[in-house]
Amino acid sequence: MNAFFRTVFKEIAGLFVDDSNLAAFATVLIAVVAGAVKLLNIPPLAGGVALLVGVIAILIESLLRAAGPPRRKR
Amino acid sequence: MIDLATVVPTVTASFLASMVEVVEAFTIVLAVGITQGWRPALTGAAAALVVLALLVVVLGPLLGLVPIGLLQFIVGVFLILFGLRWLRKAILRAAGYIALHDEEKIFAKETDTLKHHARQQRANYLAGLASFKAVLLEGVEVVFIVIAVGAGRGMLGYASLGAAAAVLLVMAIGFAVHRPLSQIPENLLKFVVGLMLTSFGVFWTGEGLGADWPGADLALLGILVVLVAVSLLAVQQLKLRRGPQLRVVK
Repeated sequence: MNAFFRTVFKEIAGLFVDDSNLAAFATVLIAVVAGAVKLLNIPPLAGGVALLVGVIAILIESLLRAAGPPRRKR
Repeated sequence: MIDLATVVPTVTASFLASMVEVVEAFTIVLAVGITQGWRPALTGAAAALVVLALLVVVLGPLLGLVPIGLLQFIVGVFLILFGLRWLRKAILRAAGYIALHDEEKIFAKETDTLKHHARQQRANYLAGLASFKAVLLEGVEVVFIVIAVGAGRGMLGYASLGAAAAVLLVMAIGFAVHRPLSQIPENLLKFVVGLMLTSFGVFWTGEGLGADWPGADLALLGILVVLVAVSLLAVQQLKLRRGPQLRVVK
């Protein structure tokens, strides 16, 4: 039964975390943007735009890392 | 008044995402039903549905207690994580870095495992458990998706409608053809869903922080268009990088 609950927990965590770096970067990005908006009084819309740009950057970084170095031409 | 700019993406995202999950659960239930009989398959699935219903009954009212801004922010954060994960995988699949999801293969693997268990005395129990686990795990994802796309704007009803339509459609087609639904373009679905969930995530998180998006709810479509453009460009560039061979990555 423990193994079953472990599987369930693992599956639920797996909903959000696949590439752990991607999840970590996204969490940090959201925390930084939220901090900037709430503590530094950055306009919320600028925060939203920064979030979109950051999410795209994180996605591209993760894709490039997963893809590895480009194929060499012979 | 019903705002179509919000209702349509909500129902569509919930429908498509739920469809992917239900197809996966259906494959396992079908394997159990065909190999070990429909009694353990349906008992396991029914038990999982009861647990899911309890989850919804217990967690549903709690959502009403969370202030809307905070709820949008929390749901947005989870949606970004959830959506990015799907989008990343779908892009890597489309670019040929990850093999496509194969329901026939999963069905064959599950059938083999169940045939092996069939020799054991507790075969029915194990078959029922396999069905229970598949429906519960995929069902939890469906519940999360419904809450995530519906709760930010009080559209849980519409999101549930989308999910229910997906369940009915997959069940109807599945039981009619009586085989795994391998013809469904699962990666395309995951690609679209990843894009929609990530867009919802950025939109809700921004709203949760107090952003007044230009064009109000229509900004959701603007975010979606930007992400579609970036993702298609990424697929194209990654294909060029890869060359002709399938390169398997994690």
